[in-house]
Amino acid sequence: MSGLDVNKSNNPSTLAPAKRENKMLRFLNSKKVAPYIFVFPFILSFSVLTLYPTIQAFIMSFQRILPGQVEFIGLQNYQRIFNQTFYKALANSTIFMLLTVLILVTVPIILAILLDSRLVKFKTFFRSALFIPALTSIVVAGVIFRLVFSESDQAIANQIVGFFGFDPIRWQFTAWSGMFLMVMMASWRWMGVNVLYFLAGLQNIPKELYESAEIDGANIYQRFTNVTLPFLKPIIIFVTTISIIGGFRVFEESYVIWQGTSPGNIGLTLVGMLYQQGIQQNDMGFGAAIGVILLILIFVVSIIYLLLTGAFKRGDE
Amino acid sequence: MKKKTLSALSPLSLSLVLVLAACSGGEDAAESSEADEVEVAGSDIEDATELTFWTFAGTHATFFANAADRWNEENPDNPIQLTAETYPFDQMHNNLLMALQSGSGAPDLADIELAKFSNFLRGDVQLEPLNDLIEPELDGFMEERLNIYAKDGNYYGAPTHLGASVVYYNTEIMDQAGVDIDSIETWDDYVEAGQTVVEATGKPMTTIADNWYGIWPYVVQKGSDFFDENGELTLDNEENIETLQFIDDLVNEYEIAELAPGGGYHSEEFYGFMNDGGQASLVIPMFYMKDFTTYMPDLEGKIQIRPMPTWSDSDIQTVTMGGTGTSVISQSENTDLAKEFLYFAKMSKEGNIQLWKELGFDPPRWDVWEDEEMREDNVYYQYFHDDIFDILLGIRDNVGGIQINEYTPDVLTEIDTNIMHNVLREQNQTPEEALKQSADTIRQKIGN
Repeated sequence: MSGLDVNKSNNPSTLAPAKRENKMLRFLNSKKVAPYIFVFPFILSFSVLTLYPTIQAFIMSFQRILPGQVEFIGLQNYQRIFNQTFYKALANSTIFMLLTVLILVTVPIILAILLDSRLVKFKTFFRSALFIPALTSIVVAGVIFRLVFSESDQAIANQIVGFFGFDPIRWQFTAWSGMFLMVMMASWRWMGVNVLYFLAGLQNIPKELYESAEIDGANIYQRFTNVTLPFLKPIIIFVTTISIIGGFRVFEESYVIWQGTSPGNIGLTLVGMLYQQGIQQNDMGFGAAIGVILLILIFVVSIIYLLLTGAFKRGDE
Repeated sequence: MKKKTLSALSPLSLSLVLVLAACSGGEDAAESSEADEVEVAGSDIEDATELTFWTFAGTHATFFANAADRWNEENPDNPIQLTAETYPFDQMHNNLLMALQSGSGAPDLADIELAKFSNFLRGDVQLEPLNDLIEPELDGFMEERLNIYAKDGNYYGAPTHLGASVVYYNTEIMDQAGVDIDSIETWDDYVEAGQTVVEATGKPMTTIADNWYGIWPYVVQKGSDFFDENGELTLDNEENIETLQFIDDLVNEYEIAELAPGGGYHSEEFYGFMNDGGQASLVIPMFYMKDFTTYMPDLEGKIQIRPMPTWSDSDIQTVTMGGTGTSVISQSENTDLAKEFLYFAKMSKEGNIQLWKELGFDPPRWDVWEDEEMREDNVYYQYFHDDIFDILLGIRDNVGGIQINEYTPDVLTEIDTNIMHNVLREQNQTPEEALKQSADTIRQKIGN
């Protein structure tokens, strides 16, 4: 208000535009409008890049889509989904999800505590060494993994296996080793990112708590379970949730090893099936139906998990 | 304090679940939309008509760029500026499908691989028929090859090669075993020779790919296929079961064949194995000559090409396999020019001779096989032997073609993932069980 007054007295000739500008500014700055302006860029990109495709995917899942011929076919796509191939993909994705959640939550906690402790040297080096895989191209990583774990007894992995007196393993051709490769690749890739989350979480734990626990006679294990873990719980819930989602969505790990068709479908995941049927075989309606099922699946599992861990409870309940 | 953090987290987790669940695959696309390589021909000519060509093989891009240069020399009044873009295999086909689906963004010309081709023949076909170019000279072409890219009497693809399946024998190993390769005429002879080879050298007679290369040529040679002329699925018919049983016997009964290292004939592992003299013979189409000269230099002068052994109940001596068709996309603003150029580059006699000279492919036009230009010395004659095309001319009347329809990709996927793996590698299904199970899966899809 005072700014307007100053303008008025000092320079009457610019009065009209200044007034309009300030009115505009006041409107934009008002408590009712400002929040919407700040979230607008997100809402826009969310609507265009996420909401619209999601709605479109729902619609497409009831259609048969060919160039120049798009028709509604009711539930036919859904009726076709529940076959052996789908259950195989579902089983693979679920096993992959469980294993990656297990590994990518427990190991990073330990690594983060080690990286946070005074006993470890070259912390920055280890921190970046763990993080670099997340920045590596998955395609390049896939080529390296394929070579390391190739069938030949001269490949690095089989050399190591041979050193311990075992027969060479056909890594990319049996079910357990195929899953092992995918889980290993995902763990290698995302370990550093999860370590960062936990490192951040560790910074929030007041040092005094450790000191008083120590005075009370708590040993290392007791300090870990009674001080560290409770404080890390929100981070653990967060990391587990994104790992569940990421686990169900697995695609690249399988694709770079087998390029879409794995022997006996040992590497077929839900998203892999979506890609194979929807895009490679030009059946986008069916692909969309798989996508919708996957969305529902992830939503339900994540919500159950969050309910069980109490993430929805209010602070004072 | 702990509880506060928790409650602050809950809306965050909820929205995260929603967002992440909704956008599957958004965060890091493994493939970018940039072309790996771009070649431009005729960029210095004014008023040249611009044409774009997509391919997944860098050698094809170079081939078309060279053809554009020759075109511009011969047609100074109608020059073109050709941009040849090379993309990774899957990405190129996916992008093309999307462009055709959405009605914009497609190039003027595109390479479409055999196993993907039928995807592009569904719905309202977005490719230009090439009949007016092909029909006047149909006699000169191997029709079996043209039919692969055809639907309802329209030819949509210009073939890159005939892709005649032959046997490449490693003479070093065959000589060591004392087997005369010209005495192998039937598959029974082949098995017998194989047993001698294994006994004498300890090396397998051949290896079987656990993808469709390991079954399709043999099936077609037997006079069968995965679909009949009416488009009915015949994957699990008697002939095919017998054929797969024969392949299975090669590996698990006679033990003269092994599974191809790396699973197929185009992996680094396999090239190394073959180059080191790992197997006595290999059944694969003629186009594999290029792989020999590029990846297996140690075998120069040791490889002899012969027709496939025959089945006792069929005359077919070779089968057209693999291969890419080049198509003119209907979205193009210059379809006529694109078609003329495509004819010039790949379908004319001159173009066919260039297919051999530049790429080492057996031309789909047999009327050039005897041409003098074809007989000029090159790396392939040096690596193999001089009578390559005499062998082809000798079996020209006994070529088996393949039946392609919109469910072919499904059949090939079943073969690559289930059939070969379960029968040959895991041996947990008989050929009959595996073929019947896969056929049922596909019939279920066709029925819907």
